[in-house]
Amino acid sequence: METELKNTPTTAAETQSMADNTGEQTMGGKAVPEVKMQAEDLNLWYGDTQALHSINLEMYAREVTALIGPSGCGKSTFLRCLNRMNDLIPQVRLEGRVSLDGEDIYDHSVDVVQLRTFVGMVFQKPNPFPKSIYENIAYAPRLHGTGTSRSELDDLVESSLKRAGLWNEVADRLDTPGTELSGGQQQRLCIARAIAVNPEVILMDEPASALDPLATATVEELIHELKDNYTIVIVTHNLQQAARVAGYTAFFHMGKVVEYNDTDTLFTNPREQRTEDYITGRFG
Amino acid sequence: MQRRLTGSASDPRIRARYRRETRFKAYTVTALFVAFAIIVAFFADIISQGYTAFWRTEIQVTLDYNERAERIGRFAINEDLREIVSRGAVRGIPLEIRNNPELAGTTHERWVPVYSRIDQYFKGKEALPPELEQQVLQLKEAGVIRSTFNWAFFTAGDSKLPELAGIFSAAVGSIFVLFVTLMFAFPIGVLSAIYLEEFAPDNKLTQAIEVNINNLAAVPSIIFGLLGLAVFINTFGVPRSSALVGGLTLGLMTLPIIIISTRAALRAVPDPIRLGAFAMGCSRWQVVRDHVLPLSLPGILTGTIIGLAQAMGETAPLIIVGMIAYIPEAPSSIFESATVLPAQVFTWASEPRKAFMEKTAAGIIVLLAILLTLNATAVLLRRKFERRW
Repeated sequence: METELKNTPTTAAETQSMADNTGEQTMGGKAVPEVKMQAEDLNLWYGDTQALHSINLEMYAREVTALIGPSGCGKSTFLRCLNRMNDLIPQVRLEGRVSLDGEDIYDHSVDVVQLRTFVGMVFQKPNPFPKSIYENIAYAPRLHGTGTSRSELDDLVESSLKRAGLWNEVADRLDTPGTELSGGQQQRLCIARAIAVNPEVILMDEPASALDPLATATVEELIHELKDNYTIVIVTHNLQQAARVAGYTAFFHMGKVVEYNDTDTLFTNPREQRTEDYITGRFG
Repeated sequence: MQRRLTGSASDPRIRARYRRETRFKAYTVTALFVAFAIIVAFFADIISQGYTAFWRTEIQVTLDYNERAERIGRFAINEDLREIVSRGAVRGIPLEIRNNPELAGTTHERWVPVYSRIDQYFKGKEALPPELEQQVLQLKEAGVIRSTFNWAFFTAGDSKLPELAGIFSAAVGSIFVLFVTLMFAFPIGVLSAIYLEEFAPDNKLTQAIEVNINNLAAVPSIIFGLLGLAVFINTFGVPRSSALVGGLTLGLMTLPIIIISTRAALRAVPDPIRLGAFAMGCSRWQVVRDHVLPLSLPGILTGTIIGLAQAMGETAPLIIVGMIAYIPEAPSSIFESATVLPAQVFTWASEPRKAFMEKTAAGIIVLLAILLTLNATAVLLRRKFERRW
């Protein structure tokens, strides 16, 4: 049942029945799009502490999925499972399955480096490399051999910056260090850098939490535009932000997905009491 | 209006507090003054003792390449000057004549160094017997004795004659030794640090290695000399006294310094840079090569320079591997016997003749100048490339 969902566009009715089966996911009668990434019964431990408890979550292609929840609820940990950044932490142990287009990304034959070219990531604090703006973007394509000639790279840098909405601001100073841009510009540079690898999924870990409101608005607008081409999973502390940018929202609490639904339903008509308490500010 | 902010001057508790503060401040200022005074006294003493070594007294003589001078150089000089002219200035004459027989029978006017006692007399450091004093004063009067800059100090090797002794052979030895140290300790140190910091799993073994490396930095340097003797000379048969064995021994000593400073420099690179690179699909080596190393290079170089400066001033381990030696000729390869600057200072310091005292001080001045330059380079490097995150 679930595997069928991966590539076939499904009707609302089918989705409804499927949702009934799992008992968790009701998409409010909306046509459910293609599943891009999926976590099935995902458990994760940091040493002896279990951080994620049997997570089941589907992230839809060309949609923004927001992960919300109080600090320490596991949402960032879950996000980092999606491009295997948790591999870098030695004590992490993981059970269950995460798939990209149906392919298990934790399969021993999967090359992590390859995976990360499909699943890009933007971090909480803008972290441009201390190199020029041009180099920030050209670095990874050159590394992966997707852009080799100077003109190819020039084009790639331009198109990536344009897609990140930064081109007009930096076109005349591509040689200046990326670290000299303002916070908001740096974050968009990081997004441009992620785009340049031509990923299919972009993970964003509180991408606007270190930015001022104006820069936040710009980044949100950008996320909105990017979703036409990319699958975006975003962790945010800011509920309004989730409501503004995300089509689907998952509420995490104590390492579990309490509720997952389309954003409108989750915010206006939550099924779970805990969700309602959280979004109305009673805890978290 | 009630004044609440000015009454405290009469409050005994507050007055006592200010008194304590003034007293404590006075202690700190005094300590600083003492420390500074010691440094000033040290430098003043060394410089006042040593600056005269950069000058030497010369005498203008007529060298007569006669038949007797073909066997003993001293006979080339007028008899009454033989006690004044340095033996070293004329001892090469027989060889000169043998190599170029045409010189036989010719005479030459030349400025040559005087005997060290007379040199010391003109520098006001030693007294002369009245007759000799009379004679040299007359010569001075006549304008055939002069004082010039002592280039020989920088271009000549060590000598048993103080007026001829220079630091050249020791300086060349030091350069060779440091070269070997750098070539040995830099790659091994940096690579070990990269492994420990970027690749190694955090387990008991790596922790034990870490603790041991930190301990190694605190091991007395003479122990490294014994290790060098046992390993390099006895086991591998590296020539004793050579720059190679000295460099390797000092390399052992510098290794922990380079490892520790490299690790500190690597750790200073913020994690978000690494994560960002990993998220772009970099392998660990690519992250290190393209991002972490370029950012930490200034720190690594600073640590290396400081390590080398320390190695350069080191004498104790070199005693054991036979580098405290009388080396008049500069070595031409790292396999030949060599000595180093601090060892040269040590050799001169143990000479009984007074004229070597100024040589010792001058040697210290040169050594300190080089060390200060190295350390200043390290500081400038750090300043220039220091990054705030």
